[in-house]
Amino acid sequence: MLDFLTLDTWSPYIAGAGIGILSTFAFLLSDRPIGCSTAFVKARGMITGLINPDRAKGTEYYREIVPKVDWPFMIVPGIVIGAFISVMFSGRFHILLVPTTWGNSFGYNPVPRILVALAGGILLGFGSRWAGGCTSGHGISGSIQLSLASMVTAVCFFAGGIAVAMLLFRVIGGG
Amino acid sequence: MPLLTDLHKNARAQLVLGLLFGICFGFLLQKGGVTDFNIIEGQLLLTDFTVLKVMLSAVMVGMIGFHLLKQGRYVRSHAAEGTIGSNVVGGLIFGIGFALLGYCPGTVAGAVGTGALDALFGGMVGLLAGAGIFADLYPSLKPVLMKWPFPAVTIPDFLRLNTWVTIALLEACMAAILVLLGYYGF
Repeated sequence: MLDFLTLDTWSPYIAGAGIGILSTFAFLLSDRPIGCSTAFVKARGMITGLINPDRAKGTEYYREIVPKVDWPFMIVPGIVIGAFISVMFSGRFHILLVPTTWGNSFGYNPVPRILVALAGGILLGFGSRWAGGCTSGHGISGSIQLSLASMVTAVCFFAGGIAVAMLLFRVIGGG
Repeated sequence: MPLLTDLHKNARAQLVLGLLFGICFGFLLQKGGVTDFNIIEGQLLLTDFTVLKVMLSAVMVGMIGFHLLKQGRYVRSHAAEGTIGSNVVGGLIFGIGFALLGYCPGTVAGAVGTGALDALFGGMVGLLAGAGIFADLYPSLKPVLMKWPFPAVTIPDFLRLNTWVTIALLEACMAAILVLLGYYGF
């Protein structure tokens, strides 16, 4: 009866519908849109606060997005745990350093992969705060609320992403 | 007032709920296949449309759920006014990072849960650094973030249409995209 829990993947339509229901319940029970990029600001603010409390206190952005362990913060550790549970059910947990799409174009040396991932992560963290949300906050939760800004932002995420991915894997990577 | 204000104000309950919502979200992202670098880059290279299928299905279901609850005043809208300076510019910067990293801020956490170390050492560390850079530059970026506001907060306001008519139109468009994807073999 619980066989579906051990499947590798579900239909993307079923998983997506589940996320839609989940998001609706987040509005009902927590009065919040499910988003992920806020957690990284909060975590970063707490790290800065540990190293240099005066600097954290003096940063205007941390007065708007207060660095503390709360609902938006808990989402991200939750996702790590949820994905881990899912992959343990299907027996597919494995340590991975270089994904195949990357390896086929640029080789399996982990150093370039980690460095480009780091650069990507910095731009992603910077860009998500610039835009005020990420693929879940704008792309899903914002669109659900029929937010014009969120739908435009989601289109820009993919427009920028498609252009750079094509350049990276089709032109530079030559695949 | 049917809004569950007492529950919303209960900080300890919300902490647990945040974790539970995160766990369910991570579970569904992994089962949907979108915590996989190859699937996300496949979407950006337009060879695999799993990401779009998951997102459109989520929005198609959530849009109806949210607005039914809103009609009964069980939820309220958080939609805020946007600007080209913030949403378009920030969205494009995000896109560059999205392609280089191959994960977004939610799926990067999911990928860590599946054992992807590029997501942990590249993605998570980079995201913390990028968020810090933004926090430091925030006061000087503010004028740009407020530049060129959008003419409306919501799609129905922008189109001057009734909310449910707008939802019906969006549902039809999104369903058509999904049907076309299937028709062309994606």
